[in-house]
Amino acid sequence: MSIDLEAPSLTPARLAETNGHVPAVVVERPPQTVIEPPRGWQLVNARELWQYRELLGFLTWRDVKVRYKQTLLGASWAILQPAMMMIVFTIFFGRMARVPTGDIPYPLFVYAGLLPWTFFATAIANAGNSVVGSERLITKIYFPRLAVPFASVGAAVVDFCCAMTLMLGLMIWYGVPPGPGLFAVLPLFALIALAALGVGTLLAALNVAYRDFRYVIPFLVQIWMFATPTVYMRPESNGAGWIDTVLALNPLTGLIAAFRAAILGDPLPWSAIGVSAATVAAMFVAGCLYFRRVEDSFADII
Amino acid sequence: MPPAIVVENLGKSYRVQHQQTRGGYKTLRESLTSAAARPLNRLRRRLDPQSSLPDPTSETFWALSDVNFEVQPGEVVGIIGRNGAGKSTLLKILSRITKPTTGRVTINGRVGSLLEVGTGFHPELTGRENIFMNGSILGMSRREIQRKFDEIVDFSGVERFLDTPVKRFSSGMQVRLAFAVAAHLEPEIIIVDEVLAVGDMEFQRKCLGKMGDVANSGRTVFFVSHNMAAIESLCESGILMERGRIASHGPIHNVVGTYCETLLAATHRNSHHGSNAPLNGVIRSVQLVDRNSGEARFIKLGDDLLLSIQLDLPNHDNHPTIGVGFDDLSGTRLLTVHTPLTCVVPGVRGHCRVVCHVPRLPLPPGDYWIKVAVSGSGVSADSLDRALLLHISEGDPFHDGRGFTRGYCIARSEWRVVPL
Repeated sequence: MSIDLEAPSLTPARLAETNGHVPAVVVERPPQTVIEPPRGWQLVNARELWQYRELLGFLTWRDVKVRYKQTLLGASWAILQPAMMMIVFTIFFGRMARVPTGDIPYPLFVYAGLLPWTFFATAIANAGNSVVGSERLITKIYFPRLAVPFASVGAAVVDFCCAMTLMLGLMIWYGVPPGPGLFAVLPLFALIALAALGVGTLLAALNVAYRDFRYVIPFLVQIWMFATPTVYMRPESNGAGWIDTVLALNPLTGLIAAFRAAILGDPLPWSAIGVSAATVAAMFVAGCLYFRRVEDSFADII
Repeated sequence: MPPAIVVENLGKSYRVQHQQTRGGYKTLRESLTSAAARPLNRLRRRLDPQSSLPDPTSETFWALSDVNFEVQPGEVVGIIGRNGAGKSTLLKILSRITKPTTGRVTINGRVGSLLEVGTGFHPELTGRENIFMNGSILGMSRREIQRKFDEIVDFSGVERFLDTPVKRFSSGMQVRLAFAVAAHLEPEIIIVDEVLAVGDMEFQRKCLGKMGDVANSGRTVFFVSHNMAAIESLCESGILMERGRIASHGPIHNVVGTYCETLLAATHRNSHHGSNAPLNGVIRSVQLVDRNSGEARFIKLGDDLLLSIQLDLPNHDNHPTIGVGFDDLSGTRLLTVHTPLTCVVPGVRGHCRVVCHVPRLPLPPGDYWIKVAVSGSGVSADSLDRALLLHISEGDPFHDGRGFTRGYCIARSEWRVVPL
């Protein structure tokens, strides 16, 4: 069985019970679960999540499977969506508005930004609606509730991996050789995923109590996209100080710029990465803390 | 061995909103305005405590309060009670879906809960995929599911459609597949809600059989049902819930008996001014009694039935006819017995007590409404539609090791060989 809820621990009381003869006797005891009223703020129970890792895997797998069921093109949609966005932005921003992108071809530039952004946007939108969408599960069976938004982010990771193949294709087409920065792609992506987990769990928890967030999420994603230099190049220093500060607080600014630099072989903006990493960590902790604070009431109010 | 489940002072309260705005979901605006108004209200209440109730728009409702009990390993416990008595809330707390407001539960052993058949089934996934998905949600590991996969498919009987999306299954097939997965769950403690209420008769029988196997396998089972016959045949002990509290806890037959009495009391209360009330007080009381004239709560299958009927007859009526009818819970008359037409029962006059004796009542286990009617000289004098709720529990009246098998009544049978 995989539901070892809480392994028996060797508390002093237990030690006394067994007269000091500890090991074999105690280990054979069945796992003990204590159910008590909610205790307020608590951190992520990593051990429990680890015990439920198979369920997390199954939930992710289900999200991926279900997304492209009964479609003609199947998983190619994971590539087609950012690809079509790229074409639209290339026509309007690259050709008509002539947004400056340095010496990088605009399609390559915009796809290197859209790729991580699409992942982030899909992940937070799906995670935000995930708990409300899993009402049947949540009211009928116990499992760590965090598995639900985490699985949504996991499904977005699979999409990202599909879309990454087009990135490689574009690099070959435009003859951009991969530089040593390519090794930074994975850790940078991990940071973006962590940001998505933080924002996604927060939105998921808020959505349970306040259904307003169902309407806030698409709007939020749109605004966030334009607040992030995804389809345009961030003007380096044009004097607008407060805008710079706001953009720097947005962790996606630094991470997407760094992601693009890593792919296209530019020098990595280390300071921006540092600031973003700190913001992302704070977002993740805040999102999980709030989620854990209110998860006990999910089954009652969903 | 420590008890499998210890429940101490368990309570669960909900806030009930009196004026529900828009379907009951809180919106952000409401939450913000109420958060802003809260300190103001608190201040107002402190300044003038007599002005109003603490919060006129909501009140605290205790779905469970002061619940205490222990379950020993291997015990099979049935939870009964009327709708809204707190059974489901109790199960939800025990299976960790929701947290209690007060008290504490200690569970020793792995818990599997089955509050619904097919939790986590996704209509777009195929039968095969759903077996894995559902099994994983119920707490099986991937390896365990793979090991039992063939068995599960066999039990469900849907192997031909394994690679079809479940949304194209008939609802019966979906339930069969879902139950097949659940039936292969092997935790030490299993919590089961009214899952047997779905499916056709054949399927229900299969489920009951499987539940019987589980109950006999030495596992601790916590079982909620409205099917008294099922509860009695599966469980050893019972807990009767009433308005969030434990009303009775003990051997299952006693608890079921108590439950039937409360049901009866409620029916009488509800029907006081209805057509079920005695027409003119001729029938004073109807009681189930045992051989020693003590009050009985239920009879076993094939037992003699003894009903004590107290009458207050008009003095001029010397030849009353008394009839007793047995209806099932849906109101179908199954059996009627009468005082004979050919002779008069001596002594039935004025204020008297009549005992109706039906040897070896041929009705199967279950619950029946008993109707009593008295007529004098052909004119109906009085009738009591739901005089008593009779409960017949499982038994083995003919010592044939079978008890009740199927059908609408029971009879003794003899078998012998005759020369050809």
